[in-house]
Amino acid sequence: MKKLLLLGDEAIAQGAIDAGISGVYAYPGTPSTEITEYIQASAEARERDVKSKWSTNEKTAMETAIGMSYAGKKSLVCMKHVGLNVAADAFINSAITGANGGLVVLSADDPSMHSSQNEQDSRFYGRFAYVPILEPSNQQEAYDMARYAFVLSEKYGVPVLLRITTRLAHSRSGVLRTESATENELKLPSDLRQFVLLPYIARKQYNTLLAKQDALEEDAITSGFNKYIEGNDKSLGIIACGIAYNYLIENYEDGKVPYPVLKIGQYPVPKKMLQKLYDSVDEILVLEEGYPILEELLRGYLNLGKKIKGRMEGSVPRAGELNPNIVAKALGMGVAEGFDPANVVKGRPPKLCDGCGHWDSFAALNEAMKSYSPGRVLSDIGCYTLSALPPLQAINSCVDMGASITMAIGASEAGLIPAVAAIGDSTFTHSGITGLLDAVNRKASITVLINDNATTGMTGGQDSAAYGKVEDICRGVGVEEEHIRIIKPLRRLHDENVQVLKEELEYKGVSVVIARRECVQTLARRMKLKAIEKKKAAAKA
Amino acid sequence: MKKDIILAGVGGQGILTIATIIGVAALSEGLQLKQSEVHGMSQRGGDVQSHLRISSKSIASDLIPEGKADMIISVEPMESLRYVNMLDKGNGWLVSSMNPFNNISDYPDLEEILHEIWKLPHYVTIDADKIAKEQGSVKAANIVVLGAASPYLGIQYESFTDAIKSVFSKKGEDIVKLNLKALRAGRQYAEKRT
Repeated sequence: MKKLLLLGDEAIAQGAIDAGISGVYAYPGTPSTEITEYIQASAEARERDVKSKWSTNEKTAMETAIGMSYAGKKSLVCMKHVGLNVAADAFINSAITGANGGLVVLSADDPSMHSSQNEQDSRFYGRFAYVPILEPSNQQEAYDMARYAFVLSEKYGVPVLLRITTRLAHSRSGVLRTESATENELKLPSDLRQFVLLPYIARKQYNTLLAKQDALEEDAITSGFNKYIEGNDKSLGIIACGIAYNYLIENYEDGKVPYPVLKIGQYPVPKKMLQKLYDSVDEILVLEEGYPILEELLRGYLNLGKKIKGRMEGSVPRAGELNPNIVAKALGMGVAEGFDPANVVKGRPPKLCDGCGHWDSFAALNEAMKSYSPGRVLSDIGCYTLSALPPLQAINSCVDMGASITMAIGASEAGLIPAVAAIGDSTFTHSGITGLLDAVNRKASITVLINDNATTGMTGGQDSAAYGKVEDICRGVGVEEEHIRIIKPLRRLHDENVQVLKEELEYKGVSVVIARRECVQTLARRMKLKAIEKKKAAAKA
Repeated sequence: MKKDIILAGVGGQGILTIATIIGVAALSEGLQLKQSEVHGMSQRGGDVQSHLRISSKSIASDLIPEGKADMIISVEPMESLRYVNMLDKGNGWLVSSMNPFNNISDYPDLEEILHEIWKLPHYVTIDADKIAKEQGSVKAANIVVLGAASPYLGIQYESFTDAIKSVFSKKGEDIVKLNLKALRAGRQYAEKRT
């Protein structure tokens, strides 16, 4: 079979398709978005009717996947690392229910925070839930592990966490496919109360999960994803997790490391393998892309054993992603240096696109807010978060999906009146609706500016669950009809828009201003497609 | 054979197209490759880079080690300088467009930028916009830059032309022709000056 040139994300998608999934459930989030997009675009997946429509948020995605697993079919659920916080309730409890059809949870971590608010390590969640974790080091392993994850999940009846990081997610390399497995038939669990987590059942299920741990550890020896590689120089032993292994062998001619190496790709990490390394060497260096999880476990709280080097000890920087030079330095090797950076180079931060409606929306808001003291705009996660930067400097917070509305309630109850929540349409349906209901029930004095660009913009223009529904949702939640205002964020309508915002800011209650204009990126794409269609039609006629 | 290439530019300038063409050309010669891309927030008019590694042997890291890049290919002059710390001091080449993409308030004087580039031992600076226009459209400026880099990539010229044909085939014959002309013009410019 010919090698496919795939991103790590795409390799996982192809692996899941070939593993026989019947559905992928996800909310877009960098660096995980391309997995679902690949499945949506796959002719094979479409032919098989693999479900792949975007979910409203990661929690609904996770729960839908659990539902498919309950019904006996294989499902993949994908999210970025912070998305797993949103899905955490469902995720942790899915370990207690166990899986019926194969259930694989993909979490893409973003160390160095290229596109994120933190660099949390999803392996913690895997440990927290007592589920196996697979962590590929390259694109081929990403494919192979996506396939194996479903085998593992069905063999032990547990959900499996598949963890990748940005560099693998967004790096391309050759991948060889293997023979496809078939989808499962509809088949409910033999015990129809397995998923009923009433305390007395949950206690039994939890013990079942705990009883599986030894077998899961043994599997991490036999699966072949953890490898003990001998080395003659026993002054040091190296543990390299996931992609860190690549950075390690990059530093040696033909990848031949003189020290014994334990390459980790599957957790729980087998104690036998760790013990063998520990007993053979003088010191251990732990290389992990993310938090020092294994390092901390090995050191123990009091650090009384052999010297364990890594992020906590200081040989590796405490924060940020790894690279070949960081690893070389940790090994005491010299590194090449390029030219000194030129002073003439200036920063070029990302910014809102030219012509984007958010410019006009926040320009109007800035003017309407002029008569109030600064610091009143609580905002959210999306392209419009860039309005924090000059020249707009329009917002004062970005914490987590949906937090704009609820933070505005809290600030207003502390006396900051008016307080404004600025949120996008997709973020509003993701996690803003419940906050708006709180606002209505509490009669909070807030103005919610919903920037409705009819898409999930920051991640590349995926369908928004809010499309065509925003004002109906606001009405349904109980916002008064006369305080649901719609404006079109355009420069020529600036004065009108400022007036509308001023009126609603003065209202002592919940008001919603929907600033509605299509994202310029999706608009351009739509127009291009339209032109092509027109050309085709003309050619036919 | 091993070439480590940093591709640089501003989001939307077409560096991933250059990466794809080099990638397809490299694969057609039986080489291995790894190509790391930037997606997400930085694509919104910010600086973007891609690490492209091609080799006859297997490649470990997705990222090029600092000071080891054989080449920087940039479609924007200031962006080419952002990554000089990655360049091999002895043998590294910097190939850049001379046409600034000015979307920041403190964009430096072009003369200053070019002066910095011209201090390097191996470089090509090219007025890619002008040359692309002469071939039919400024949109092919990224391929002009690729053409200017092509003599130093260790890949047959025909492999690049075949790659352009396959990558642009969906967009029609005119676009393929434009890009082939752009590639040749960039190539000729680089060959003339070295």
